[in-house]
Amino acid sequence: MAVAQQTARPEGRSSSSFWTIARRDSLAGFLFIAPQLIGITLFVLIPLCLVFWYSLHEWNVLANTFTYTGLTNYQMLLEDTSLPSVLGATAIFSAGLVIFNLSLALLLAVLLNQKLAGITIFRTLFFSPVVVSLVAWTIVWGFLLQKNGGINGVLLVFGIEGPNWLREPVTAMISVIIVQVFKNVGLNMILFLAALQGVPNELYEAARIDGAPRFKQFRRITLPLISPTILLTSIITIVGSLQVFAQIAVLTQGGPGLTTTVLVYYLYQQAFQFHFFGYGSTLSIMLFVIVAVLTFAQWQMRKRIVFYES
Amino acid sequence: MNYHRTLKSAVAALAVAVPLCWSGIANAQDAVNLRMTIWSANEAHLKLFGDIAAGFKKDHPNVTVTYESLPFDTYTTALTTQIAGGNAPDMAWIFETAAYDFVNSGALYPLTDTLKATKGYNAEELSATAAERWTKDGKLFAYPFSTSPFAMFVNNDLIKASGAKTPAEMIAAGQWTWDNAIATASTVGKTGKGGLIVRDFNYQIWQNLASVWNGWGASPWSADGKTCTMTEKPMVDALTFIHDAVFKNKAMPGPGESVDFFAGNAAMTITQISRASLLPKDKPFAWDLVPLPKGPAGNYALIGQAGVGVMQAGRHAKTAAEFVAYMTNPENSAKLSQFFPSARKSLLNAEVLKKTNPLLSQEQIDKVVISGIATGKVIPGHTGFAQIQQAVRSGLDAVWRPDANIPTALQQICGQIGPLLKR
Repeated sequence: MAVAQQTARPEGRSSSSFWTIARRDSLAGFLFIAPQLIGITLFVLIPLCLVFWYSLHEWNVLANTFTYTGLTNYQMLLEDTSLPSVLGATAIFSAGLVIFNLSLALLLAVLLNQKLAGITIFRTLFFSPVVVSLVAWTIVWGFLLQKNGGINGVLLVFGIEGPNWLREPVTAMISVIIVQVFKNVGLNMILFLAALQGVPNELYEAARIDGAPRFKQFRRITLPLISPTILLTSIITIVGSLQVFAQIAVLTQGGPGLTTTVLVYYLYQQAFQFHFFGYGSTLSIMLFVIVAVLTFAQWQMRKRIVFYES
Repeated sequence: MNYHRTLKSAVAALAVAVPLCWSGIANAQDAVNLRMTIWSANEAHLKLFGDIAAGFKKDHPNVTVTYESLPFDTYTTALTTQIAGGNAPDMAWIFETAAYDFVNSGALYPLTDTLKATKGYNAEELSATAAERWTKDGKLFAYPFSTSPFAMFVNNDLIKASGAKTPAEMIAAGQWTWDNAIATASTVGKTGKGGLIVRDFNYQIWQNLASVWNGWGASPWSADGKTCTMTEKPMVDALTFIHDAVFKNKAMPGPGESVDFFAGNAAMTITQISRASLLPKDKPFAWDLVPLPKGPAGNYALIGQAGVGVMQAGRHAKTAAEFVAYMTNPENSAKLSQFFPSARKSLLNAEVLKKTNPLLSQEQIDKVVISGIATGKVIPGHTGFAQIQQAVRSGLDAVWRPDANIPTALQQICGQIGPLLKR
């Protein structure tokens, strides 16, 4: 490398010149990544540090006081009687979303991977909710899920009296999960579709010749070959599920009781509604740790469950 | 020679330009831009506020006032977020429920001295009861510019079609009680239309139920705000009555049911009189406005308030206080009262209110507005209200079920909010 640099140095320049080619290349590289680096520093790293700093303080916005309290807010985490319910609701929501979303996305992708006339229209139809405004989508679903709303109206046509979807503890959580699944299933579906189209056809042909039934082909060929995509979508979906907010705020406001109060909604309440910015920051640090641990665990699991052709 | 001429010209130009530039800089330094957050985006409201700001500018040419409409549902949250972000407005409307938080925290600039020093302001005519929630240690921290009573709007067409008695008929017969009101609502409810709606309650904003439970003499906490009183008999009775009205008599829309009175789909609604502007103009129905029915504890009234305060965190608190004094002087209070009933005694008479509320009859103004403001209690509020509101909302979810055990649910609520009230 050093030889190459010396060879490439223009004639007549001093060898002690500061701007060597390597340095110039480094500078160019840094300049290229500078916008991204500045963005991450300003909008990710500094806020992250600030949130940690705030979590060590009690900040009364109205009284304009900012007092260092050490680990008091972290101690509050242990004493918060609502937190177990909140973490429980978060876990149920995440588990429900991941299971429903990934299963449905994979099912849709397999169905839409057929060579049929008009299949593009169906793909577009299932993907379209992804590009719809989240709040608008949720508001419409809010109307549909009312006691006297559209879904119960349809059920009534078949003689079924539907539940009060957003007011019963069990149906409220199911409703929120379903609204979120329908909103984002298209994204995972497209990723699965791309992965499915990357599976070599010869493998299926060989399996067919060997007399393997379709389900076995799916289990032994399709699933292993799309496992990197399954890992990717599960990480994206779990992280996304832990950050759900607008759906809860619009549909249930955390009720009935605390049954749909998930962690992000709870920290929003603590920080912005109750003005406990310090405790809200502590909750967001906890969320950060949960997301980091889960993502790390999934990443480690790749060695066992993800199949790489290479 | 040329050099000297050029130098002279340059010096002359500087002599003219420097004072001009200096005066420009001085003017720029004097310019004051005041910002006020409000929760209305109503065109008529904004026009009136704009006119008041223009009037203030005549006497204070360097002061410009702009209004920033924030969404009603998240108003206080948005306001405190602005304060946290170092972008506090100079002035803000404040909900009656959040009044204690703002007044007790020291977030507001005291207004008493500025109001007293304003010529012709006549601060004494502000009713002391209206100012109670906005006063601390004898100083007024926000001016309660809107003191609006809750009343019952009635759709006489629907009620007559169902064969029930109208509230006006019941009032004339001395029968305007909660039992009879719910009986009428239930009769209309059986026709497939909505009965009685407590507007904006929606099984979330429970403090609006004070418009019902005050008739039982119930309150969520003691007068000093230290003790939860939701387990006491008046509250248990009142909530049992509301529960029966919803689940047994089908007189009120249940949780998760949306019915709009102003679209002509319900018999009655409890709301503030300012909502008269929502009455339909295209397909009008025969409507009436009556006082709240008599409860077991007798006649009563409820008022909602809005205060306008100056933020200590703002950069121009003194000028902002002067603007609040101008905005709420007798002349501008009279203009504001067409939308926001004033707490000034001189404006609480039928003549003034009739001019500013042309939709209301003399009788409605007398019986509902004037009487309501004079005798009404303000909607419940408390320091740390948002947290208490959330705890009670969450606890009351157990009440809004057909098989609810109301005393147990209320006991649990008191267990939750008891420590919060004592803080």
